[in-house]
Amino acid sequence: MRPGAANIVQFENVGLRYGASAETLSDISLGLAAGAFYFLTGPSGAGKSSLLRLIYLAQRPSRGLIRMFGEDVVTLPRARMPGFRRRIGTVFQDFRLIPHLSAYENIALPLRVNGVAEADIDTPVREMLDWVGLSGRAYAKPATLSGGEQQRVAIARAVIGRPEILVADEPTGNVDPEMAERLLYLFVALNKLGTTILVATHDLHLVPRVPGAQIIRLDKGRLSMPLPSDMSGNS
Amino acid sequence: MALFGRGSGSWLTSAAGRRLLPEGWLSGPMPWVIAIMMFLMVLAAATGLALGFAARGLGAHMSGQITIQIVDANRVRRDAAADRIAATVARLPGVASVHRVSDREMAELLQPWLGAGLADNDLPVPAMIDIAFDPRAPGAMQATEAAVRAISPRARIDAHAQWLAPLAGLIGSLRWLAGVLVLLMAAAAAFTVVLAARAALNTHQATIEVMHHLGASDGQIARLFQRRIATDALFGGLVGLALASLVIYSVGDRIADVGSDLLGSVDLPAIAWLILALLPVAGTLLAMLAARLTIITALRRQL
Repeated sequence: MRPGAANIVQFENVGLRYGASAETLSDISLGLAAGAFYFLTGPSGAGKSSLLRLIYLAQRPSRGLIRMFGEDVVTLPRARMPGFRRRIGTVFQDFRLIPHLSAYENIALPLRVNGVAEADIDTPVREMLDWVGLSGRAYAKPATLSGGEQQRVAIARAVIGRPEILVADEPTGNVDPEMAERLLYLFVALNKLGTTILVATHDLHLVPRVPGAQIIRLDKGRLSMPLPSDMSGNS
Repeated sequence: MALFGRGSGSWLTSAAGRRLLPEGWLSGPMPWVIAIMMFLMVLAAATGLALGFAARGLGAHMSGQITIQIVDANRVRRDAAADRIAATVARLPGVASVHRVSDREMAELLQPWLGAGLADNDLPVPAMIDIAFDPRAPGAMQATEAAVRAISPRARIDAHAQWLAPLAGLIGSLRWLAGVLVLLMAAAAAFTVVLAARAALNTHQATIEVMHHLGASDGQIARLFQRRIATDALFGGLVGLALASLVIYSVGDRIADVGSDLLGSVDLPAIAWLILALLPVAGTLLAMLAARLTIITALRRQL
């Protein structure tokens, strides 16, 4: 997590404040290496979601420097934001599926936004539906899907554009343990393809399931010591 | 500004793009408000165009015609002077036509006021000569007046412009008024679109946020709304044009029934109808532009 040129994400002394309140994030300096797998942990209110918002470019920091893909995104012009966002896959805690679109259309959306021709959309969307085990639910609307199914659609939507980094906010928070494990395997499989993964979770039982995963721990808006290595699954 | 941008946004105009904003078309009041505004705009434009063409006709008439009256109680002397003037003027350069109003035509003209049998009484009636000039010979009118004065110093020369100038002024003012009304209607329609676009943005805020996170540009998002608003505006515009056309036809028939030459000159030629038919298209483009500017401006307030 030391600053370095090879990092896909680099934070230096980043602070985030909403309005006139105290800083939600303070003095965050970290680096995410390309192709690595990270868990972002910490108690509720520690600032995990705020940190993720900075990474998926929903928020600019109040201070500090953030570099992504080798460029300063703090001063990045608005017009260039879409191009950066297309390189980031995001799985939201509340899924944020578009309710009036089917699972198929939700998953196809990033490709369409990216200008992929209609003729070239069907195959990857079907493959993605198959990958998340929802081939039979392609035309179901989100309201008719279970929590786990919605989460899988959200993951499929986040990864279909082959992002360089995938950011997931409590992806297992609304599913049972068995489904949580299945979702985690999806992330691991994606990580093996070279995508950097950052999963925010307060479920420490997930950590040992991903050998080699690194832990970023937040407490009261500040980075704190990472968990011992025996809890990170490296033993 | 890529009002009709394609490229990575072409899917936005496809069925898949339409499904992103699920409200059916014509779902709100905007198409009907646009229809009412387009109805009024077409009527105002038609009035302005008709008056414009009438003013042009009047202008040609005013600059190119005079009437000469020879007033003499002695009919023989009067007719001799009139014949001499007509013969002389007809030979002048720049004179397009000379028409000596016959006694029978004079009797028909005066019949509504003096009754029949004018030829049978001794009422002195002036001899009249209508002269039209070639518009390409600007000095012909002055030369004609000089020639007439040389033959009959007491002849009265009426330039039509003298009588029609106030009417032309009124027509000009009404044309300007019609033009201002068209512009006001266009502005009102644009403001309606702005309000509708803002309401649509609020309604679909969640979808827009997701689109943004997926990397959609402001232009792509704006195009989603543009297409919807263009459809509504075109529908409203065509409805307004159709209704206004019915009114214009109806009023035209009534004017024809009046049988007045002056009112009859207020006519809409084919080119005017073409201009009116283009108003809904222009209105649709204006609506798309207003929608795009509104949405882009609103989106720029977000990251």
